[in-house]
Amino acid sequence: MQREGSPFQGLGVVILKELSDHLSSWRMRVLEWLVVIAAVAVLVPPFGAIAQIKEQIAEDPFLFLKLFTRAGGALPLAAVLSFLVPLVAIGLGFDLVNSEHNQRTLSRVLSQPIYRDALLLGKFLAGLATISISLVALWLLIIGLGVVLLGIPPGAEEMARAFIFLAVTIAYAGVWLALALLFSVVFRSPATAALITLGLWLFMTILWPMLSPAFASVIFPSNDVLAVLNAQQAFARLAPSALYNEVIAVVLDPSVRSTQQSMFAAMGLVLIERGTIPDAPIPLLQSLLVVWGQIVGLVAGTILLFVTSYIVFQRQEVRA
Amino acid sequence: MSDTLIEAKNLVKRYDGVAVVKGVSFSVARGEIFGLLGPNGAGKTTTILMLLGLSDITEGQARVVGYDPVRQPLSVKRRVGYLPDQVGFYDNLTAADNMRYMARLIGLTPQQREERIKSSLEHVGLTGVADKRVTTFSRGMRQRLGLAEILMKEAQIAILDEPTSGLDPQATLELLEIIRNLKHHGVSVLLSSHLLERVQSVCDRVALFNEGKIVLIGTVAELGRQVLGGGTYVDIEAEGQGLADKLATVPGVRAVETTAPNCFRLLAEADVRPEAAAAVVAAGGRLLRLSVEEPSLEMIYTRYFQNVSNEGARHAA
Repeated sequence: MQREGSPFQGLGVVILKELSDHLSSWRMRVLEWLVVIAAVAVLVPPFGAIAQIKEQIAEDPFLFLKLFTRAGGALPLAAVLSFLVPLVAIGLGFDLVNSEHNQRTLSRVLSQPIYRDALLLGKFLAGLATISISLVALWLLIIGLGVVLLGIPPGAEEMARAFIFLAVTIAYAGVWLALALLFSVVFRSPATAALITLGLWLFMTILWPMLSPAFASVIFPSNDVLAVLNAQQAFARLAPSALYNEVIAVVLDPSVRSTQQSMFAAMGLVLIERGTIPDAPIPLLQSLLVVWGQIVGLVAGTILLFVTSYIVFQRQEVRA
Repeated sequence: MSDTLIEAKNLVKRYDGVAVVKGVSFSVARGEIFGLLGPNGAGKTTTILMLLGLSDITEGQARVVGYDPVRQPLSVKRRVGYLPDQVGFYDNLTAADNMRYMARLIGLTPQQREERIKSSLEHVGLTGVADKRVTTFSRGMRQRLGLAEILMKEAQIAILDEPTSGLDPQATLELLEIIRNLKHHGVSVLLSSHLLERVQSVCDRVALFNEGKIVLIGTVAELGRQVLGGGTYVDIEAEGQGLADKLATVPGVRAVETTAPNCFRLLAEADVRPEAAAAVVAAGGRLLRLSVEEPSLEMIYTRYFQNVSNEGARHAA
């Protein structure tokens, strides 16, 4: 059956309204401060990584990328983000739809000439735009501080890699935002939605890396070490943070040739392909090819979760 | 364009196989105020949501301003204003900003937007608080703001779900006045309520819902005839001996009920006040009060559901 009109009618209006809600909210204040503190804590001495990086100026052709990966005190920026981004996304997304139910505004909005599609997509895009704004600010802050503190400008390939890092981080945020959106559609109480999303996030980040090897060895019992490792990695990749960490490890370090390199290194093995020089940087495109599957996985996960929440939302009754 | 703005034919709504609305048919003409009455859970709100295209129609057909709410929900929603039960607003926004958001969703130009917001807020008497946050609004103000939105939309049909529930008498009167004004502007009003007295005072026609069906439909007078059997009730208060027997002999009186000492209620075929007064005086009684009771919706409603439950009890026995 054909519906009249475009599903995107009113989409722009919804995005603008949601965006202005986000930007003027207390959550955004907190987010802004998190961005500034994260940038300063990771880079600026005495806590930051700058001092360490400066010692290597002469040695490394991709010095700038070290801003993202080198730990000064406790954690490198990339690790901080893999932890912080889900939290921010969940914080923005957990009450997107159920708050409309609870404020009893949903039926009033939907009795205007728009489809539910526009409302849901508008809320998702506005949330993603809000996170993107803070991530871009953080990214620019890091690069700016880097230029000032290191005193050298970044090269073209470094900028391209840093840019891909930014884009992948936004996709990673998209997965968690879509998950939070799904639970905000399913659960009427924002507190329940927030708790369950956060619970799932904790499970995926902390428990799953411990559990997945056990699952893998139970489901694929094998004497072949390599097969077992492959199975373990496949299971670990069900967590978005595993995908994200693999992508940034490869994109931000041109000397990494495989997502399994660090795993083998931990076992004292070195992955050497015939005809290659160990530790030599590979071109950007090759790095991208190595992790293309993971990037697609993150985007596909976002779309899948969004579509699920779309289907649930369409079938929901409007009345409270 | 036809003068029937809403036409519902055999609307059925089932949730998981359980029918909530079981074949509802009615029509509303241009400029008519039509009331949907019935106990909670009788299917009034579900019917409204189906007409708006906010809920799928399981069976049957509906035409709203000539459009099918299932296939052309945008055309329907562009022409119909809806005030939900316990309407909600974005509490962190001002009244005017809440309306601006809706105006943008409707697609008004910036100039139309500001003009219509101003005039409709004025119409409902909220001009002074246009720039106040909605958090501070009372229930009556929220309902009026909801009506202002319908005015801003310049809707041809206003669908109001329990507009007066939870309002104090003064706020209710003001709201009903605004609803009457809508009618004068040629807007059809579909109104659901269980506050019978209020509904009676504004509605041209009503439909009485029970368990997902329309059991009675028509003007209040017509319903009175159907349910009360066309009888007229005459209340008499008089002092005297054996008045009840005397009153029973008055021509046209079918029954006499002694409701309290010295108070009698006659069920008669017509207004028998003069004859009854004469009978009281002839019997040497002192007539204190004499009144005829018009059939009120409340009476019709109570009587109807009494009959239904009596029959139910009989069937059960």
